[in-house]
Amino acid sequence: MATSAIDRTAKQIVLAVQEYSLFAWRAVLNLFRPPVYWTDFLMQSDVIGVGSLPIVILSGFFTGGVLALQSAATLSEFGATAVTGQFVGLTMIRELGPVLTGIMVAGRNASSMASELGSMVVTEQIDAMRALGVDPLRKLVTPRIFSSIAMLLLLTIVADAFGILGGAAVTVLISHQNGTQYLNSAYEHLRYSDIIQGLVKPLFFGYLLSSIGCFYGMRTTGGTEGVGRSTISAVVTSSVLIIAVDFVITHILLTIFPT
Amino acid sequence: MSDTSISAAQPPAGEQEAGPVVALRGVSVDFDGPPVLEDISFSVAPGETRVLLGPAGVGKSVLLKLIIGLLRPRTGTLHLFGEDISTLPEERLFPLRARAGMVFQESALFDSLTVRDNVGYQLIQERVPDGEIDSRVREALSFVGLEETFSMYPASLSGGMKRRVAIARALIHDPELILYDSPTGGLDPVTSTTIIELIVKQRDVHATPALLVTHRLQDAFTLCNHRFDAEQNGMVPLPAGETNPNTTFLMLEEGRLILDGSLDELLHTGNKFVREFLE
Repeated sequence: MATSAIDRTAKQIVLAVQEYSLFAWRAVLNLFRPPVYWTDFLMQSDVIGVGSLPIVILSGFFTGGVLALQSAATLSEFGATAVTGQFVGLTMIRELGPVLTGIMVAGRNASSMASELGSMVVTEQIDAMRALGVDPLRKLVTPRIFSSIAMLLLLTIVADAFGILGGAAVTVLISHQNGTQYLNSAYEHLRYSDIIQGLVKPLFFGYLLSSIGCFYGMRTTGGTEGVGRSTISAVVTSSVLIIAVDFVITHILLTIFPT
Repeated sequence: MSDTSISAAQPPAGEQEAGPVVALRGVSVDFDGPPVLEDISFSVAPGETRVLLGPAGVGKSVLLKLIIGLLRPRTGTLHLFGEDISTLPEERLFPLRARAGMVFQESALFDSLTVRDNVGYQLIQERVPDGEIDSRVREALSFVGLEETFSMYPASLSGGMKRRVAIARALIHDPELILYDSPTGGLDPVTSTTIIELIVKQRDVHATPALLVTHRLQDAFTLCNHRFDAEQNGMVPLPAGETNPNTTFLMLEEGRLILDGSLDELLHTGNKFVREFLE
């Protein structure tokens, strides 16, 4: 009995992974075959990019501030408060900027994609779209995925910039250190490999959060309750996967660009 | 979509000789459980309106979704417009589906779009000029008597109005086949009659082949016993004893087709289930 339950669960997991892989692959291929819905791409870029800007700015600014506060306390023990800028800058650009932005955007947009598409599934709007001769994958999913990738890249740059600014504000106003020294330290120790590392990650995170949000939305069953389940699953899965994939990408990039 | 083509109540001679618009042979469906539909075979000829009867939960809506390729049969073959769609890839199904119109049970209007954008959805996707979309949407809305809803959102429409907008959306592209999934389900008798009148109008004015799913016998009999009168711009009863020869019946019982015939055959069948359903 227990063996058959494990067997059934394992098969369901493998099937779900297979379905997701095919779904995500088809959504990517659609960008290279007409028709491509550019208007939807722009509309989604506005929803995902401009809509997420306030939360990304605020989370980036305060994360940079917290980093400066915490590091200043520790670094002062070694008389190394002068490297606060380097610490905040590198941490934001290489790690926290992409990951935090990914998780914030996943919370906001993977959930909205899952609930919006899920509601369309349970009210037969997706079937109606297919019946009208329009491919919902092409019309709804592909624009969301590519807008998320493009916008997450830009939002990460914004988060990095505001994180460094937050760190500067704390360094100058609370730790009473020299602001120019902070910014010089942050800039001088920055290498191209750090920037590449920080800008490669959002490409993967944007793809992950949007494809997972759309995938859960499109396979919603069970009415409005099912929409709720899809939304939760989309946020949880995309957030956990962002952190897990971050580990893998960091490991690979550190191999390519050793410190 | 103008009423002037009332004389086209019978399909053109060429179409009469053409093959069926829809043909199912030994079609079965299941969803990882007992079969929902089993060994279904029937066809819809050009100009024919088929009424699919049966109580709730026998697989009527599933059958409709199969015909337009929204679901796949487990076994059997299914031809739509002469093409076997049972194994056709999804991307090749879209152009075929665009040739048909479907009215969903709960209307399935896009709630974030206005009535204009809902009805003109296919035209918008085909990048038809805005002016032409507006005029064709107005024409389609006038056919269902809802011109005033042009700029409204579905949320501000009643159930019956939504159903009529869904009919306008299905008809705007001059479909070669219309599938109605319980178009009067959950509506009051007056609104139901309005919807049936639209279906009769489409049948008699444009002779579009159709498959109508319903569990309401009165709708089925009204379709059979009435015709659309262009002069009165309304539905009128046929003379006593006359029925529409192009309107025939199918009946499902627990996923199996138990009747395929005319009104006369429906009324005089010896099948116990059909008799109980009729009573």
